[in-house]
This record gives sequence, C-alpha cells and structure tokens, in this order.
Amino acid sequence: MDKFTKVTGVAVPLMRQNVDTDLIIRIERLVDNVGREGLGPFCFEQIRFKPDGSEDPDCILNQEPYREAPIILSRENFGCGSSREGAVWALKGFGIKTVIAPYFGDIFNNNCFQNGILPVALPIEEIEQLADEMTASPGNARVTVDLENCVVVSPTGRTIPFQIDARRQHAMLNGLDDIAQTFSRKAEIEAWQSNDKTARPWVWL
Amino acid sequence: MSKTLFDKIWDSHVISDLGNGFVLLHIDRLLLHDMSGGKALKEAIEKGYAPSQPRLIYGTPDHTMSTQPGRTEKTFAPGESLILSMRETTRAYGIKLFDLGQDGQGIVHVMGPEQGLTLPGTTLVCGDSHTSTHGGMGALAFGIGASELVHTIATQTMVQRKPKRFRASFEGALQPGVTAKDMILHLIGDVGTAAGTGYAVEYAGSAVRALPVEARLTLCNLTIEMGARTGMVAPDDTTYEYLDGRDYAPKGAMWDRAVAHWRTLPSDPDAEFDREHTIDMANVAPQITWGTSPEHVIAVDRAIPDPSTGPEEKRAAWAAALKYQGLEPGRPIEGTQVDWVFIGSCTNSRISDLRAAAAIARGRHKADHVTAWVVPGSVRIKREAEAEGLDKVFLDAGFEWREPGCSMCLASNGERVPPGKRSVSTSNRNFVGRQGPGARTHLASPAMAAAAAIKGAIADVRKL
Repeated sequence: MDKFTKVTGVAVPLMRQNVDTDLIIRIERLVDNVGREGLGPFCFEQIRFKPDGSEDPDCILNQEPYREAPIILSRENFGCGSSREGAVWALKGFGIKTVIAPYFGDIFNNNCFQNGILPVALPIEEIEQLADEMTASPGNARVTVDLENCVVVSPTGRTIPFQIDARRQHAMLNGLDDIAQTFSRKAEIEAWQSNDKTARPWVWL
Repeated sequence: MSKTLFDKIWDSHVISDLGNGFVLLHIDRLLLHDMSGGKALKEAIEKGYAPSQPRLIYGTPDHTMSTQPGRTEKTFAPGESLILSMRETTRAYGIKLFDLGQDGQGIVHVMGPEQGLTLPGTTLVCGDSHTSTHGGMGALAFGIGASELVHTIATQTMVQRKPKRFRASFEGALQPGVTAKDMILHLIGDVGTAAGTGYAVEYAGSAVRALPVEARLTLCNLTIEMGARTGMVAPDDTTYEYLDGRDYAPKGAMWDRAVAHWRTLPSDPDAEFDREHTIDMANVAPQITWGTSPEHVIAVDRAIPDPSTGPEEKRAAWAAALKYQGLEPGRPIEGTQVDWVFIGSCTNSRISDLRAAAAIARGRHKADHVTAWVVPGSVRIKREAEAEGLDKVFLDAGFEWREPGCSMCLASNGERVPPGKRSVSTSNRNFVGRQGPGARTHLASPAMAAAAAIKGAIADVRKL
C-alpha cells in the first residue's frame, strides 16, 4: 500500500451532502476492462461532463485552480452507498490524496485505508471555514493535511486537529498491508477454527 | 452480562484482539459475484494467497449478466470476461459456483438464504453493500470492498472495529398495503441516510416478529441506505421453518444441535443499545421516494415536499433532487406519470414479492406508455413462479418476464432506464444516474410498482 504522511495543496470545496460512490464512479466503468489504474478520467463524470460529453464549466472540479486539487472538502456522509472500491481507485487516479468531510460511508472509509487515501473527519463548521478560506484567495490558498501530527493547516494558518485510530495511522504512515499482518497470526486462526469445528460443526461444510 | 444478538455473534467470532479497538474476526461464509469475485480470486492468487477455506466460499453471477430471455454469458458482451474469470478461478480451488443456467444461480443475496448457506449466528461477507440482507436470517452480514475481499479469501478473517448498537423497533399491525419495504423506507425517512453510520442495527418489535423470512430479508437489505453496514433480525421459529430442509442447512441430529445453539442468540431482555428508535406501524402508509436519496421518501398520499419549508441544511439537496427528478414541490406525488416499472433486485425479487405484484397485475393490463419488467431473483424463484402461473399473469398484463440477475437496479449489465425517463422500481437506490445516466427512480414495494405499471403513473396501491 502507498504511504501517506503529509499533503499540501489546493482543496476543492465540493460542498454536497451524501456524495455516493455511484456519483464518484459509474458502475459500467468497473465492468469495462480499463483496470483500476484507468479510472481517473471517469471520476465524477456525471457532474464533470454534460450529456454530450463536453466539460461542464459550472462544475467546480473543472475550474481553476481546483482542477489539480489533491484535497476534497465535502459535507456529511461522503462515500455512502455501494461498496465499490473503484470509487477510491477513481479518486486516486484523479489525483485525490485526502478527503475532508464530517463523516464517511463506513465501507468507503475502510476502502480508503486499503489504498493510501486518507479520509479526515472534521466538524462541518471547520470544513465550511476551510472552504471560505479557499475561495477567498483562489490561486494562492493551500491546505495541509499532516497525518504524523494529525492536524489540518488552513490557508490562513489555523491548525485544526483531527482524530484517527492509532492502528490505521501507523499502517498509513508505513504503507503496511493488512494481509501480511494477519498472516503472522496464522497459528491463532487455525486454533480458533479447530475449536469452532467442535463447537459449531454445522458451519463447516 | 447482558448481550445483544450482535454482541453474541461478534464476540464469539473474535480470534484475537489487535488493540486500539480492532479485532481479527472469523468469517464463516464468503459469497462472490461476477463484478468482483473472479478479479479478487485472481488478485489473491497472484499475490501468492490461495483461498484458505474454499469450502466456505460460494459464488454466482448476477451483476453483469443479461436478463433477456434466452440469455447466455455472451448476450451482454462486457460481462463475458468476468464470468469466464470467475469460472476459471473457482474451478481451480474447488469453490462452488452456481453458474449461469444452473439450478441455484441468482442474485447473490437471494441465493445465500435460498440455499441454506446463510445460517443464524454466522458471519457472512460479500463484495456488495447489500450483504446486510442476510441479517434477516439472524446472521452478522456486511458488505466489503475489493481489498477486504482479497484479505478474506486469503485468511478467512477480517480486521474490523466493533460498531455501536442501534435498535429499530416496529410495533403494531401493518396497515393495508404496507410491506417490509414500506417499513424500512419509512425508517430511513425518519432517521436519515446516515443515522446508522458506525452502528450495527437490530430490527425488533412485534411487527418484525410477525414478518416472514423473505420480508425480513427486504427489511435488512436497505440497512446500508441508513448508513449501517449490517442489520439483523433475531432468529426464531419462523427462521427455522424457512431454513429446515434447505440444501446446505444442517440435517438430522446436527440440525437439532444447531437450533439449540441458535435459540441462545436473541438479545437478552435487558441488553443495552447505544441508540433506539421506535416506529408505530399505525402511522406507516405505503411509501414512495421522491428524490435522489432513500431518505427522500413520503407516504404515497402526500405532496412532494417544498425545499423552502424543509430543514435548512437539506434545502439545497432537496432542490437539486427535485430538479433532477423533474418534479414540482407541493403537488401530490400520486398521479405523476411514469415510463418504466422495474420489479426485481436483491431487495424485492423473491417469490412473495412476485406474488404481491402479480396479485395487482392479475386480470389487468399495463398502461400503453409503460415498459414493465419482472426480473425474478433466482432460477428457483423463476421456476416456482412459473409453476404457479405468475409468469402468465405478468405476460398477460403486458409485463416482460425475464431471467434472474441484478438487472436494472444498478444497470451494470447494460439494462438501463433511458435518460429523463421515470421508473418506479422495487430496488434500493434512487441515486442520480443509478438506473442509467439521467434516469429518474422512485423506490416502492412490488405491489406499488405493479400498480404504477397498471395506472401509468405513481398510484396508491390501496385504491386498486
């Protein structure tokens, strides 16, 4: 997994509630054989493009300086809906490193941590203020997300702390893979299974 | 110490405590479908992780298969490579695949309970957010992403953090025309689409106890639409009657032993929940969604909401939803013209759903301007319906009778509601573009969907 330590850059205020994973990536893009590396161009296609395929200039994701933003600011429940991990791969391919929202869809949240994308939960008032600071000085404003110190630094230099599970912080900082860690507990797993076969034999087909 | 149903299943599956609130949890059943199943198996194998417990893994194609009568894996060409890879990888490790055209094939969340693979007290995962469906059997079931899928294939475990507990109680008798679909839509409308985020939900109360298993599966199916990954109903005699004799359910003395264990699972009377919400069924009428989130739901006899009178933080979302849906606030939703009707999906494609829709369609005909599809949830349901003559009822009423699969619920097999067209659907999501780019979706029960097809407009099933 990719490591995540710190990101500094433009933060795009995509200030909607309930940004669902269908909106982030359409399902047919996951059926087409473009592979997980090829999903970036299709990220948010339903709002970035008009039905005729041309870019919608009203969509903030198409506007300067937000086009290259590595940070998304959003409202409640970002990543709700479908479990498709393609939503995270699409964000990654689109250049997104971290999403800041009050809270996230549970499955999306887990999927982010599997791919080195950092979901940062902050109170909505803080996010609204970050968005205001971004739009107040377009072109110059930058946001920093620092995982080591668990802080977001706003364009005006305000330091906003955020919380993250220590286990996940450690895994992200070091790019650790869950499977390798679980494999080190193989003996424990096998002992549990052996006991369970006696206790609940009907489960074991 | 008193425990909830959820705690009993969770605690008994903890292999080790990983600290910081995380545990390593044993997974008793892993279900695979064609969108992610073959790919995940391939990825695991390429990384050097062969499936550790292939006999606890089962698969079936549903997402990318055409549901056109007479379909093969070639009918929807983009799905062919997915099913071919699923066949190749499952065969290599002896993983049972209920393949296209075979007995047992169907929507993965229909297949599990139908086969008796989904058992009370088990942990079950699948790479699909509607895995919560299996909770209707008293299982702890939740959807996972592709990476977690590879982890489960490789280790038959998952690294998880324990969620909080949410009890949603439905009390009293169901009013005429009201189904499990209306119960869960009403709940989501009440508490909102994120109320369950970070929680495991238990559905309880006299109305839930009175529901047959298929309705409990519908209830649990939409749990993810209120933000929770898992929803469950305590197993009881209704569960055991449903399960007894199914292909993979325990038999004989083993059955008796299993039932004795399952009887210990329901929440202790004084078990505590972190959040409680109670709904009086006397206040629940047939529901229909009006917007682009499952929480945008009203009783069918109500008016389309006006954003200017809604909660301040939701006004912008409501206005955007109405614009997308092409609806005017303040008008009755009943009578809104529809172009499509979709009866199917892991929410509402079981035999009882088809019977309810057929009861409305029988002896009537769909409106000329409506295209109405019925997509049974599995090969077995299709056969059972045909044995009862339900296919004939639908065909006589001008509906299409199709092959089992996910179909137009998420349009991943090319079956879409056309842009700008309005559909009453028995599925689970009314998101922007969910049923196809520009498609407008209204979620409702199977009988409400059939009524819309007959009337050519959103209709109150109680008036038919």
